[in-house]
Amino acid sequence: MRRLRVLIPVVLLAASISLMALEASAETAGKGAAASSPSKLSAPGRAPESAGRRLFVQGCSSCHGYDAEGVKGAGPSLVGVGEEAADFYLRTGRMPLDRPGEEPIRTPSPYTPAQIRALVAYVGDLGGPPIPEVNPEDGDLAEGQKLFTENCAGCHQVVGRGGIMPGAVVPDLAAANALDVAEAVKVGPYVMPSFDQLDQSEIDDIAAYVGYIHHPEDKGGWGIGHIGPIPEGMVAWLLAGVALLFTIRLIGERTTR
Amino acid sequence: MTRGGLIARVVATLGGLGGLRRHRENAQAELHQISGPANRKFDAVRSGEVAVRGNERARLAEEVPPPELDETPDPRAELWVALLLIAAAIAFAGFVVFYVVSEDTHLLGLSLGLGLVLAGVAAALAGKRVVIQEKTTDEYTDYGDREERREVANHLVEGKVGVTRRKLLFSSLAAVGAALGAATVVPVASLGPRVGEKVYETPWSAGKKVVDERGEPIALDTLSPGEFITGFPEGASKEEIGSALMIVRLETDELELPADRADSAPGGYVAYSKICTHAGCAVSLFRYPTFDETQPGPALVCPCHYSTFNPADGGKVLFGPAGRPLPQLPLRAGADGSLEAAGGFYEPIGPSYGGIREGPEKAPL
Amino acid sequence: MIRRTVAALDERLGAAHPLKRALRYVFPDHWTFMLGEIAMYCFVVLVATGIFLTFWYVPSDAKLHYAGSYVPLQGTSMSESFASVMHISFDVPAGLLVRQTHHWAADVFVVAIVLHLVRILLTGAYRKPRELNYWIGVTMLGLAILEGFLGYSLVDDLLSGMGLAIAYSVAMSVPFVGGPLAFLVWNGEYPGTDAFWPRLEILHVFLIPMAIATLLALHLAQIVRQHHTQFPEEGSERVVRGTPAWPGYGLRSLGLFLIVAGVLFLLGGLVQINPIWEWGPYEPYLSTNGAQPDWYVGWLIGALRLMPPLEVVIGDYTVVPNPFWGGALFPAIVFGLLYAWPPLARRLRLDDRREHNLLDRPRDNPKRTAVIIAFLVWVFAIFAAGATDRFYFRSFISYEGQVWFFRAFALLVPFLVYFVTKRVCEELRAREAHPLRGWRGTVIERNEALGFEETSVSTDLPEEARQQLAD
Repeated sequence: MRRLRVLIPVVLLAASISLMALEASAETAGKGAAASSPSKLSAPGRAPESAGRRLFVQGCSSCHGYDAEGVKGAGPSLVGVGEEAADFYLRTGRMPLDRPGEEPIRTPSPYTPAQIRALVAYVGDLGGPPIPEVNPEDGDLAEGQKLFTENCAGCHQVVGRGGIMPGAVVPDLAAANALDVAEAVKVGPYVMPSFDQLDQSEIDDIAAYVGYIHHPEDKGGWGIGHIGPIPEGMVAWLLAGVALLFTIRLIGERTTR
Repeated sequence: MTRGGLIARVVATLGGLGGLRRHRENAQAELHQISGPANRKFDAVRSGEVAVRGNERARLAEEVPPPELDETPDPRAELWVALLLIAAAIAFAGFVVFYVVSEDTHLLGLSLGLGLVLAGVAAALAGKRVVIQEKTTDEYTDYGDREERREVANHLVEGKVGVTRRKLLFSSLAAVGAALGAATVVPVASLGPRVGEKVYETPWSAGKKVVDERGEPIALDTLSPGEFITGFPEGASKEEIGSALMIVRLETDELELPADRADSAPGGYVAYSKICTHAGCAVSLFRYPTFDETQPGPALVCPCHYSTFNPADGGKVLFGPAGRPLPQLPLRAGADGSLEAAGGFYEPIGPSYGGIREGPEKAPL
Repeated sequence: MIRRTVAALDERLGAAHPLKRALRYVFPDHWTFMLGEIAMYCFVVLVATGIFLTFWYVPSDAKLHYAGSYVPLQGTSMSESFASVMHISFDVPAGLLVRQTHHWAADVFVVAIVLHLVRILLTGAYRKPRELNYWIGVTMLGLAILEGFLGYSLVDDLLSGMGLAIAYSVAMSVPFVGGPLAFLVWNGEYPGTDAFWPRLEILHVFLIPMAIATLLALHLAQIVRQHHTQFPEEGSERVVRGTPAWPGYGLRSLGLFLIVAGVLFLLGGLVQINPIWEWGPYEPYLSTNGAQPDWYVGWLIGALRLMPPLEVVIGDYTVVPNPFWGGALFPAIVFGLLYAWPPLARRLRLDDRREHNLLDRPRDNPKRTAVIIAFLVWVFAIFAAGATDRFYFRSFISYEGQVWFFRAFALLVPFLVYFVTKRVCEELRAREAHPLRGWRGTVIERNEALGFEETSVSTDLPEEARQQLAD
């Protein structure tokens, strides 16, 4: 009996570790497969291939097309999306996707910063907006809170803790730096809309606010997640409730006979 | 009781389901009562060597343990109580100091809370260890006295003695009661206006300019397809629920508006009331796919209960508990190239109530 | 000195006799009987901290531009109500401590009432002659929930403002009378006029606290008159046994009060609650993802989210708008069942019609316990459904899928729970084994002289007996 009790958690732990390992290897295998698929070198007569082009063909063309023209049912065309979009998706690891149709989420990128720069340059050459400027230090926090609440809070939650909607999970903004904010607002990644109506100063304001909400002023103490009554209710039951139950257990009597 | 023992017991309890019932049935079959006052306490004795008494509690409920009194002093507990009280005093003093010196909420809460908890532990400890420990008894009172009730009833009935026109008086009393009740309740109506046409009135009408949150007009080139902005009527209060709009720009070939609304979307701009028709929250989420072949289509979503509306087909409900579509406001391009309303909303805005579908002509209440 | 005080009171008020009875009043002191006291002491803290807050709060929707000390809201347009609570939180010394303690006390108040209610239901304390007291208690639960909702709505922040819009819609959705009802309460169409905020305040600050205090006094008076119930281990149907009020019980109760107050102030100083400066002021055209009501209203958001888009329309008239089902009918059913429980339990033959001063352990009445637990699981399932959005956020299981899951769960699992609970109770009762302390009773053995020998056993069955039970 005792041996079983020790064995079961060990088996469960081993199972979960191997499952995770399997998943991780599947991911890298997926990316690796793309990386190691035979790469079509430049057709005769073309200029020497850039590193970005090579990386693109290896890692992106299966969904986005050999010349970034898009593949039906797999990935959109990247012609005209610009450095702006490429930089956002690649730097935040949202691309490459494991499978087309998945929701892109922030992950550690499989590419080095140099590789990302090369890919961004390649996609940028296909046309489209450059990497945007952003100066959060020029932003006004109060304006930023107002703009963020009006335009962003419905999806991202008023202090950027993320949220949901039917069809998508909306990421929290804990890891988003000012450039991420500026790019996302202009690109409108996945099902997020873009916001052409915001001018540079407004984007600076929002970027400043997003920087602030990474660690908002918790004058009241432990922030318990900054998502409101759910963790508050848990504290009421699991902290206060348990403490007080424990207290009356000690103060009161138990049935003894 | 070890934890292993507890688990074993729970498992045995749950696991012995069938077996125990069988066992009990067998035990019943073998019982024979032992008579005699000395043995009346026992339910049964098996013919085997060992018997197990059932239902201890029935026996317990008849006997009450005697009163107890424990007057032994406990100097150690007294010392503890004193120490706790001194510590509490220090904590309270700390609260006073913190209040004066710093206004830090954490220090104030920590000192006051700790002081109270320490004082509380002292009091509880005193109650359980320092003062005499006593168990006494009292009697439950039986309430209910037939005689008294009869007398009460008789007294009440005395009110009727000598009164001849009882039916007349009683009916007039009933009339007064009803009328007074109505008179008392009716002033409640002073608390607020009648619904009347109010729910159908919004600040929007043909020609009303659409402006953004700052009051700037919204031009036809303000948004690209796949973007949204919150709009308001120029010059009107932003807080009226009839004011706020979710203005969304779609590609013109994405639109699937009904035939009678064909001209309501200049340049692909469609406008909807921002107030959810379910429970009145602001519909502030806009979902727009980057790549519609693998991603969910355009939608306006409310964050309260996730009612989801389709902006391309006039606001129909795609998912969620909303019972009415999101009301659309027809737009047109004004002379200066900015957006303006082409009329009022196609449907009443806001959450449903009895007369909501009846339209302004019939609003009864 | 004590003698002189008592003499003074007695000679003027005849206080000696009532004092004697009060001091010697017997409290059965099982620990589960102190849950109601926790609630009562939370109420005391609420009133004390609430008085402080009323001196600063301004019930007005007049707009101003914030000029207090919190930078990210500088210049923002907000109502005076919101601004006054910002002032309490940032500029009044100890203001935030008192405000947070008040809010924590409200949350813990309802926790304690719910635990107390569950104890009452499972031990049968509501039975004759205590039905009236039970109804008073259920009323206090309803008032506490309403009071808390009104209290955090007074602040006019983004989260509570969304909640008020929903409350308006639920009021509108009451069949036939909903429109006039909502317009009465709000003095017009949402968001109402400047008359609305003083109404909310007077309800929260005066009318409902007075109602709760009055009911509480009646509740306690009835307990004293009828005496507290107790478990059979301590007394009998005729005799109540326990610790007298003075000195034993009074000191313990005082200790509990101080500890409850202490825990609440510790939370109020150390754990942030309702940081309105992070939510910002409310406007009808603003909303945020992840908005939730306070926990004790969470069962209603679950119901509102789970209901399919059903509205009952006859001709042009909307008899039942959608929010009615989850926002009004569901709580009416739950409270209706709670109120109806004493006669309903008798009708369903779960209880008898006799008077009871003794309590049951939950296992002593398996059917009743199973019905109560199944009911609680039903309510809890709907409550959990209200928080599925955060679960989706973590798990990526689709929101639509979770809605269907919880609909099925709420409809089917209570039945399953009924059968499992009934079985567990029956088995525990048959084995007479306490879940933690084992079996207690007496074992009778035949000795060699063919007489009987009785040994009291209090932890474990003797080996042979255990063998026999295991067969």
